[in-house]
Amino acid sequence: MFMAKKPLLEFTDRGIYCPVGRFYIDPWLPVDDAVITHAHSDHARVGHRRYLAHEYSEQVLRYRLGEIQLQTVPYGETLMKNGVQIGLYPAGHVIGSAQVRVCYQDEVWVVSGDYKVDDDGISTPFEPVRCHHFISECTFGMPVYRWKPQAETFAEINNWWRKNVENGLATVIVGYSLGKAQRVLQNLDLSIGKVYTHGVIENTNEALRRNGIALNPTHRITTDLAKEEIRKGIVIAPPSAVGSPWMRRFNPYDFGYCSGWMSIRGAKRRRAADRGFVLSDHADWDGLISAIDATGCEKVYLTHGYTASFARYLNEIGFDAHEVHTLYGGDELTAADEEIAPTQPPPEGEALVPDDESKVLPSGEDLGGAGL
Amino acid sequence: MKAFAQLFLSLDETNKTNEKVRVLKDYFLSVPDSDKMHMLALFTGRRPKRPINATLVRTWAMEMAHIPVWLFEESYQVVGDLAETITLLLPKSTSSSNKTLTEWIAEINAIATQTEEGRKQWLLSSWETLDTQERFVFNKLLTGGFRIGVSQNLVVKALADISGLDAATVTHRIMGNWMPENYQFADLVAAEGLSDDVSRPYPFFLAYPIQETSEKQKTAGELQVALGDAAEWQAEWKWDGIRAQLINRNGQIFIWSRGEDLATEKFPELHPFLKALPHGTVLDGEILSFKDGLPMPFNVLQTRIGRKNLSKKILEESPVALIAYDCLEHNGEDIRHKPQAERRLLLEQLQAATAHPDIFRISVLIGFNSWGELAEIRGQSRSMIAEGVMLKRKNAAYQVGRRRGDWWKWKIDPLSVDAVMIYAQKGHGRRADLYTDYTFAVWDGDKLVPFAKAYSGLSDEEIRKVDNFVKRNTLEKFGPVRTVKPELVFEIGFEGINYSTRHKSGVALRFPRILRWRTDKPMEEADTLETLKALL
Ligand SMILES: [Zn+2]
Ligand SMILES: [Zn+2]
Repeated sequence: MFMAKKPLLEFTDRGIYCPVGRFYIDPWLPVDDAVITHAHSDHARVGHRRYLAHEYSEQVLRYRLGEIQLQTVPYGETLMKNGVQIGLYPAGHVIGSAQVRVCYQDEVWVVSGDYKVDDDGISTPFEPVRCHHFISECTFGMPVYRWKPQAETFAEINNWWRKNVENGLATVIVGYSLGKAQRVLQNLDLSIGKVYTHGVIENTNEALRRNGIALNPTHRITTDLAKEEIRKGIVIAPPSAVGSPWMRRFNPYDFGYCSGWMSIRGAKRRRAADRGFVLSDHADWDGLISAIDATGCEKVYLTHGYTASFARYLNEIGFDAHEVHTLYGGDELTAADEEIAPTQPPPEGEALVPDDESKVLPSGEDLGGAGL
Repeated sequence: MKAFAQLFLSLDETNKTNEKVRVLKDYFLSVPDSDKMHMLALFTGRRPKRPINATLVRTWAMEMAHIPVWLFEESYQVVGDLAETITLLLPKSTSSSNKTLTEWIAEINAIATQTEEGRKQWLLSSWETLDTQERFVFNKLLTGGFRIGVSQNLVVKALADISGLDAATVTHRIMGNWMPENYQFADLVAAEGLSDDVSRPYPFFLAYPIQETSEKQKTAGELQVALGDAAEWQAEWKWDGIRAQLINRNGQIFIWSRGEDLATEKFPELHPFLKALPHGTVLDGEILSFKDGLPMPFNVLQTRIGRKNLSKKILEESPVALIAYDCLEHNGEDIRHKPQAERRLLLEQLQAATAHPDIFRISVLIGFNSWGELAEIRGQSRSMIAEGVMLKRKNAAYQVGRRRGDWWKWKIDPLSVDAVMIYAQKGHGRRADLYTDYTFAVWDGDKLVPFAKAYSGLSDEEIRKVDNFVKRNTLEKFGPVRTVKPELVFEIGFEGINYSTRHKSGVALRFPRILRWRTDKPMEEADTLETLKALL
């Protein structure tokens, strides 16, 4: 007689769970054992008893989550948990980001976490992993999102910076503190000038350096730095700094925003950025389809973003795709999200602002209303 | 086309006024004259006719992009703009083209007469040769929704800098009934103006509001301080109709509305008196619906304007007349520099001579001896079906655009603007499940800038309709807020307006509220940030 087999991974209200191995992957409520794909706040939360992550994530996780019990592994090495084999493989999303491969009795599942397929020159490039079941993000799962090669975008950024220096304007480039900031840093033309960083970004840089990652030289912004000096260089700032007094002191400045959302004019306008640079740490439409195809999977489950549309399209072109509701990224911010806010205060300036671009925030304005 | 696409991109890339002017000048100085005129034509709303209907453009774009219809529609929902959606979906081009803007527009105009198959081949091969940025402006030209992200003032400034003409002259010369095919750049910037365009109107002179809030009434003393002696001023009722300029030159007549639309055919009742005026006459005035000698509320006129065809019934229900304010040209001579009082005399003479005094009316002067007396008279505005009073300095020339100093409006109603809804949020309590809290935006160039949040002042039925629209037209969600496809226009009333550095729009409103849903207005006709700031 045929018995319906329990799936190796299931979607619970705490997160993705492996009942045989008794561990979770990127859970959003406190659990005993959590495998963490990467250190972004919608994936790595406080309150778990034990953490497992890639070795390059170690210092950033400790900086962000404080005292945690953490075990790390390099890419490709496997370990066993209650008879289930776990291995981490490069996701190319940010430094230390991993896809989690879970194998039990010849059945293989892969959880992508967040990923991109293009080599950004700093994160270990994405590697497709063959599997039966693939849980994939699809933050940019619409065909209007297609990235150009990053060399083109960085040529734009460097030209813009050069022009601002000529015009005596400070240059402020905005990107998330883990991932985008380092990617920008490593691709700037340092013959133009020095790189200055916001405290939150410099803290992240320092954590990465402690982890042995070689980053270009940066200078933390302090109050005693002369405005004229900063104007000759470039400032890397996190999204939370936009419009803040911290940023206004660079006046006159031009500010550029780096994000995949910038490929749409409307989104660019809502950010009120002087310049929008299309630069994403997520896979674009073609990247998602090629990555999913390369796994050879029988079934694909979609999280983050345009899950419904993307699932429908994948089904039409012959995949067995399913939409999954998670608390990652682009779904509506629910009350639950706020309840599980970190118990310790988040690093300066990043309170509750997701550090991953998979959440679109409005331009952050208080428009007042009655009684203003 | 590359230069034009670059212009569009550069204007988009900067929020700084000086930079925009520089970019415009660079453009004007680098392209052939015919391209300059085409750019100006597009800028002033003289777009080529759509050669291919939007459905076919969509269909062929889907074919080229290998995308099913539903996915195209969803992409469109995400992007919110058809031209941009197509641009983002098409595969990368394989070749490039050096055709100028003039050449492209000539092709667009010529293709309209081709067979469907011919148009399709032309469109697909055109897309093939255009890069992303060019495709975007090309698609905009093709689908009609063209707006350039820059205010008229800046374009005029760039042209004035280049030509050495003053801004008022340039503003005047880009008005009128011209098309880029029959108006040369050399004529536009010639030192001596060629007045070969008999239809050309003058730029309107617009009044500033004299008081910021309707709560805090200006006292007679304050007016005395601000405006000086009451005897130096003439007062008239402020009528709520369509501001218009009426022209008779060489027996040819033209009626221009303030939006610079030629509206001659919309007002046949005005033709007889206009034709009977001495040649070389230009009048400024307000067109209103009149019945039994009394003006009717604006919405009566509004329904009439919305109609394509003026049926006999409409002409009977909403007959129009002109209330003339001013005379700008007399015996073929531009008399805008003459003092208000002198122009008024000429206007009175013209009106006294008309055989159609019911149609060619004159804006009566309000007799008053002191500011206090005028303030009292103003209180009767509503019963006059007027919006308040207008103040004009008796020795003032007729100027260009909105200027402080010589013309003031003293309205009675709450201040209001027409704005586009761009964000929506769910309400509380009874309406917790409906989107009832909205954020509104006005145009700044081709951008929509949010400026006010208002809770519903709509009926339950309207709320349900808006809620339904929000749910079907969400572009993005963040927390409880949805970004909505900009489309719905509302009239937003408020009690006061102040400068604010905390707001992107640069202004903060006091007690904003929704006065009504302007289902009659397309979003392109919502007010601009300039209009809003003019209320400061
Ligand atoms: Zn991430
Ligand atoms: Zn994520």
